[in-house]
This record gives sequence, structure tokens and C-alpha cells, in this order.
Amino acid sequence: MDTIIEIKELKKSFGKLQALKGVSCGFETGRVISVLGPNASGKTTLIKSILGMVVPDSGEVFYRGQSVINTFDYKKHIGYMPQIGRYPDNMKIGQLFEMMKDIRQRHTGLDETLVDAFNLKSMSHKAMRTLSGGTRQKVSAALACLFDPEVLILDEPTAGLDPLAAEVLKEKIQDEKAKGKLLLITSHIMSEVDEIADDIMYLFEGQVKFFRSLNDIKTTTGEMKLGRALTKILS
Amino acid sequence: MLKIAKYTILDITRSKVLIAYTILLALICISIFMADADVTKGLVSITTVVMIIVPLVSIVYATTYYYDAYEFTELLVSQPISRKSILMGQFLGISGSILAAFLVGVCVPVALFAFSDTGITIMVTGSLLSLSFISLAFLASTLTRDKAKGIGLALMIWFYCSIIFDGLVLLFLYTFADYPLEKAMILLTSLNPIDLARILILLQLDISALMGYTGALYQQFFGNGWGVVFTIFMQLVWIAIPMAFSLKVFRKKDL
Amino acid sequence: MRSKILIVCFLLSCAALTAKTIIVSKETAIASLKAAVKLAAAGDTIIVKKGTYSSYNTIIDKEVVVLGQGLPVLDAGYREEVVTILASNVKFDGFVVKKSRVGSMRDFAGIRLHKVQNVSVTNNRLLNNFFGIYVSDSKNIYITGNYCRGNSNKLESGNGIHLWKCEDITISKNYVTGHRDGIYFEFVKRSFIKQNLSEKNFRYGLHFMFSDDDVYIKNTFKGNGSGVAVMYSKRIKMIGNAFIENWGSSIYGLLLKDISRSIITNNRFIRNTTGIYMEGCEGIEVTKNSFNNNGWGIRVLANSLNNTFHVNNFSANSFDVTTNGSLSLNHFKNNYWDKYEGYDLDKDGTGDVPYRPVSVYSQIMEQIPQSVMLMRSFIVNLLDKVERAIPSVTPQSVKDETPRMKQWIL
Repeated sequence: MDTIIEIKELKKSFGKLQALKGVSCGFETGRVISVLGPNASGKTTLIKSILGMVVPDSGEVFYRGQSVINTFDYKKHIGYMPQIGRYPDNMKIGQLFEMMKDIRQRHTGLDETLVDAFNLKSMSHKAMRTLSGGTRQKVSAALACLFDPEVLILDEPTAGLDPLAAEVLKEKIQDEKAKGKLLLITSHIMSEVDEIADDIMYLFEGQVKFFRSLNDIKTTTGEMKLGRALTKILS
Repeated sequence: MLKIAKYTILDITRSKVLIAYTILLALICISIFMADADVTKGLVSITTVVMIIVPLVSIVYATTYYYDAYEFTELLVSQPISRKSILMGQFLGISGSILAAFLVGVCVPVALFAFSDTGITIMVTGSLLSLSFISLAFLASTLTRDKAKGIGLALMIWFYCSIIFDGLVLLFLYTFADYPLEKAMILLTSLNPIDLARILILLQLDISALMGYTGALYQQFFGNGWGVVFTIFMQLVWIAIPMAFSLKVFRKKDL
Repeated sequence: MRSKILIVCFLLSCAALTAKTIIVSKETAIASLKAAVKLAAAGDTIIVKKGTYSSYNTIIDKEVVVLGQGLPVLDAGYREEVVTILASNVKFDGFVVKKSRVGSMRDFAGIRLHKVQNVSVTNNRLLNNFFGIYVSDSKNIYITGNYCRGNSNKLESGNGIHLWKCEDITISKNYVTGHRDGIYFEFVKRSFIKQNLSEKNFRYGLHFMFSDDDVYIKNTFKGNGSGVAVMYSKRIKMIGNAFIENWGSSIYGLLLKDISRSIITNNRFIRNTTGIYMEGCEGIEVTKNSFNNNGWGIRVLANSLNNTFHVNNFSANSFDVTTNGSLSLNHFKNNYWDKYEGYDLDKDGTGDVPYRPVSVYSQIMEQIPQSVMLMRSFIVNLLDKVERAIPSVTPQSVKDETPRMKQWIL
């Protein structure tokens, strides 16, 4: 187990709103880490900071010991599934996948399990603008996994997915974890987190309230269900 | 960067707006040339059109496209590509598409009906004008977060450059008519890309009148190619500077 | 008997005199024109063979015909004048005349004619002279087919063909360049200037002062420092000339100052800063001319009156007509204006609404010349459109009630 992503004293504010007030933490490989927290607690900002989509005011993000501020090369090791995936309207699914391969310059060693599982190839001629929210989520998930990255960041991955697809995705998450990857997931669905997560990182008003393993939480609170355990800790 | 440009162009060619723009330009040009046998008169009318429509469409279209492609940009930023490549790629893509529209809509008819020094000047200045307004569009878009605000800002820039600026210059001239304003005028002109383009065309169409102006600086400016070099250089500056600023903003921008 | 012999002798000698031809050649004893003139009597012919002859202050004071064969060169080497003709009925043809002295006190000339009549100066090449051909106090002179190139030095140039106080002169088919004024007229009456080309002279292509009843036809004046100036003269006819590319501030294709009862017709004004400039003119008819690509087509100062502008073509000028005041006493009719935007519902070839050639922007330019930089801008177009719809600034009276819809074929 080695620490792959390390965050030190990360601060970010949007105007008057302080989204992150000095977050420090480290993520190890082979774990599924669930980032929880109420709305506007800084989850998405944290994820976007890791991805370089948000430029932090201060603090550092390290990827395998290297600062990532103003670099982009490390992103080839990361697969990202956004909360709401939106793509060029006029593009077709097939073209989108081709383009991503072209941009990443990888045409071999691809992981197409989700593409197959979601049956996306049969829809490859459909334009993105005609797709439902659920199908877009499928596309996003498949894209995130396509390049077999060592880190997967999934923002609300199952929201909008039908139960079957959600199951497929959860299975995929377990598989990836088994391969020794780091998975960073935000979710509001406690049962789901309960099912897949190893560690829970709880953000509250831009600060890490706690970062503990799921088992630890359950044993200290004596609750079997995560939801109850959380209410107990937070109250 | 070139890949981004390629996909931007592919994306734009699938939309109908740019095709409509091309057809509009071509229709205007051809009808102007058909309506009047006098080619020079036709070029004058086309100049007027180029000075108004080309900047307007360029800036509004580029701004709209930037916002429409916002999520796509987000997606790209999460990929291993530098932000500079993303924005420059989009700039190149949009520029390429709009220039292609201008080429087909204006350059081809002008080349067919009125191939002359003036015709070539219109082609060159129109192209440079498109580019500088796309560049300004990127600046407007990166500076604002909201699509409506961005388009509003873009429209304001256009309105300012095409009408208000010249009005202010006229006012300025009236106020300071008693002072030697040669240098000031050349400087003022370089503060507006539309004026630069206009001057470049004036140097072709109205050189006889321009030569009537007293003053060594103007004589030099209009008389011996110096003016052409200067205006083209300044137009290039108007493409480079807003884009450079927008890159600077985009580098630090949260998506 | 003796008297008879005397008469025969006289007749014989006369016959001998009229028939006498003197050949000037480097190889013979008569090695200069000066020597030949000394030997000649009235009525003789002097033929100068090909070659270069030093000739300064050669004075032709006898009624002789002087012909050059194979363009012999008369070179004054910048000492005084080359040839001076002081006798009437002289014909001077076919020489290269060059290098007269440049002076600030006297007007040294390549060929000077003074107080003579019926002299013709034809087919000569005048090179690097201070003045080319200088005619004073003379009548019935023909200056034809000469090529006249000055020394191209702005400060040391005289006029190409200079006439002072002459009558009944014909100047035709000459080419003048590199002089101060191409052709200069002062106190010259009843003369013709025809088919000459005057270009790239430092001042005027043609300069006219106090000369009445003259006609100039089918000349071309191109790229001269200050265009053509016609001043203080009456009854001048200017027909079929071309005024081309006379550029610069205060430079006019045709400058008219204090001219009256004259005719300007069938001329072409192309790419001049100002086509015609009129100051203090009266009773001038400007008809059937075309004005193309000029900065200003016509500029008429308000002190001009009773001038008429009919059946002219105005196209691609930056401004068609401008003035510094009102032009209420001048008349525009039946002209073609390319800027006219009216309509012709009754299809009679004439627009149904009048055209106002003086634009509001040209009025602004009057006050602030710097606003030249705003030409063709949106704001200026807007101002002009508004003014045409609701006239308030531009002189109301200046309008063409019957503008043509199509160009005149002139």
C-alpha cells in the first residue's frame, strides 16, 4: 500500500464562500474511498482540485510525490466520471470514444468491459444530444474506465442510473479495487457507500471532519448500518 | 492542440449556424455584384458589410461556441492535456471555421467578380478582422462565468468598436480641433481593430483623398507603404493580445 | 545693256542665295552651327550632320532653315544658352539641345525665341536645360513634337516650354517632364495647346497666367507636383484633356482661379486629390467630363458664381462636391452620381428625387481635416444617411434635380 495522492493544507474560496479551509489527507492504492458530506461541503471542489479543474488558492496536491499544480501529465493515470456528463451535442457516441482515444493517444490496452456491459457499441451512431441522462452517465462511466487508469474518480456515479446498470457499475468498482486501484467516490446514497467503501472521508464546511475506515466506524459506534453510525458520530 | 482544433472544426461543421453565415455572406456579395456593373462601387458596399457583419458574427458566434462547449472543455481539462493546448486548439478550430466561411462567402465572390488590389485588401483585412474578434470573444468568455453575461460583453465590445468608438473620436476631434492631432489620431485608430481594417481599405479606395491631408506624418503614413505595414501589424497585435490575456485568465480559471 | 547684265547677275545671285545649302560637319571647315550662320544669308538652309557640337550662345539672326540630320547634339556644357533665335521665318528641326546654364538671375534656355514671327521649332530633344524652349514677344510660333526633359533637380529647374507675351502660338505633340512647370503661359493670347503630354514636373503640368482666348485640347497632365493651374484668364476652352494622379495637399487636377466665361468639356479627371478646384470663377460651363477615383471631384469655393455643371459622370470619388460655404448661384443638372440612392419610377432615366452632392461628412472635413481618418466608418455613413433624409447642415441649394440613373457614355 502506498500513498498515491496526497493533499496538504488545500484552501480554495469562491468569492466570499470558502469551499475548502485547509484540507489535508492522503489516499492509498487498493482502496475505495467514499467522500461524504452535506451539500456545499467541498466534495466536488476537492475532486476538481485533484483533477486540476479548480486552481487552489494555497496548499498542494501531490501525485506520487510530485506537485500537480499547473501540470497535466499525471491526468493520464486518472479516470474521471463527472456528476453530470455533458459532451459536444453534435457528436455521436462512437465518435466521442474515438476522439478520447485520439486525444489520449491510446488505442491498445483498453478496458472496454463497461462499454460492452452497457451495450454502448450498438448505440454508437446516436448523437450525444439525443441521449437520456442515464445513458450519458453510462457513457461517462465507460469513458472513465476506458484507459484502465490507476485512479478512478467518480462523482455521484450511480445517480440517474437504472438499478441494473448501477449494479454493473458497483461490480466494476469492486473489480478495479481488486486490481489494486484507488477509487475516489462521492455519493449520497448511504446503502451504496456501505456496500462498496473501505474508508469514509467526511467533509464538513470545507474541512475534514473525520477520515476513518468503514469497519472502524461501525465497531466504535456499534451500528451495523453506516447511516446510523454517521448520525451517531455527528450528533 | 491541433487535435482539439480538429475536433472543434468537426463539431462546428455539424452545426448549421456557420453554413447559414457562409450563405448569408455569399448572397450579400453576389447580389451586390449582380446589382451594379461598377465593380468599385460593389467593393465599397462589401466593405461596409464586412466592417459590420463580420466582426458581429465572429464575436457572437465564438462566444456562444465557447459557452456551448463549456462542458466539453471541462471534460478536456480532466484529460492529460495542457489548458493552453485546449484553449488554443479551440481558438484555432473556431478561427479555421469562421475563416472558411469568410473565404467561401466573401473571398471567392470578390476574387471572381473583382480581383484587384482593393479586392485582396478586403480579403486580408476581413480575415484579420474575423480573427481579432474571435480573439476578443475568447477574452470576453474567459472573463465571465455566465453565458448571458459573456454574450452581453461580446455584443458590447462589438457595439463599442463599430459605433461608439468612432463617435468618441469625432467628439475628441471637435474638442481638440486646434491642436496638432496627427500622432494622436494614428494612435487612436490603432485602439480599434475595425478602424484598422477600415484604414487599410481606405489606403486602397481613397488614397487620392488621403494624400490631400497636410502633415508630414500622414504623408509618410499614407504615402509609402508604411501605413499598410503598421495597420497590418496592429491588426496582428489585436489578435495576439486578447488571446494572450484570455490564455492567462483561462490558466487560472476554475471550471 | 549693262543694266540688263546687272539684272541678270542680280537674279542669278538671288537664285544662288535661295538655293544655297550649308553643310555643318565635324570633318569639314564648317564645324559648328555658329560658323554656318555667319556664312549664311537669308533663305539659306543649314544642315547639321550627326555628331556632337559645342554650342553656346549660338545666335540665329538670319531667316534660315536649320535642320539636324541624325539628331546632332548641340551642347552648351552649362555655359550660357544653347541656341537663340532672333530672326523671323526660321525653322529649327531635329536637334538634341542640351546643358544650358542654370541661373538665378537670368532664365537661360535651351532654345530661346525673342521678338520673332513665323518660327517653327520641331522634333528636337531638349535635355538638361534650365528652361527648355523660351519664347517672348513673338507671334505665330509653332512648337511641335519636341521632347523636353529637365535636369530633374527641384531647385534648379526652369519651365519646359515657357511663353511670355505672345500671340497665336501652337504648341502640339510635345512631351515635357522633369521641369518646374511643364508649359507656362503668361500674357499669351489666341493660342493652341494640343496633344501634349506633361508629366512629373515639379510644379504645374500647365501653368496659365493672364492669358485670354486660349484653347487646350487633348493634352495629358499626369503626376505633376501641383497639377494644372489656370489663373486670371478669360474665355479659355479646355477640351478633351486628361488630368491624372496629381496627388497631395493643395494639389489639384485643375486649379481655376479668377477665370471667367470658359468651357471645360470632355475632360477626364482620374485619381487626383481634387479634380477641379474653383476659386472666384464665373460663368464656367463644366459639361461632359468624367470624375473617377478622385479624393474630391469638384471643390467650388463660395465666391464662384453662375457656373454650370451638366452631364458629368461622378464615380468612385471619396467626395463628389465640396464647398466652404453655399453654392446657391451655381447649377448642377443631369449629372450621373454613383452615390445616388434614389429611384426612377417613370423610367425616364432620371432619378425622381434630387441628389445632394455635398455630404455632411465633407462639411465636417471642412472644419476638422483630421477626421479624414473616419472616412467610411459606420458613424459617418449614419450621419450622411440621416442628413440626406433630413437635411439641416449641408447647403440646401446644392442639388441636382435631375440626376441620371446610368453613367453617361462620354
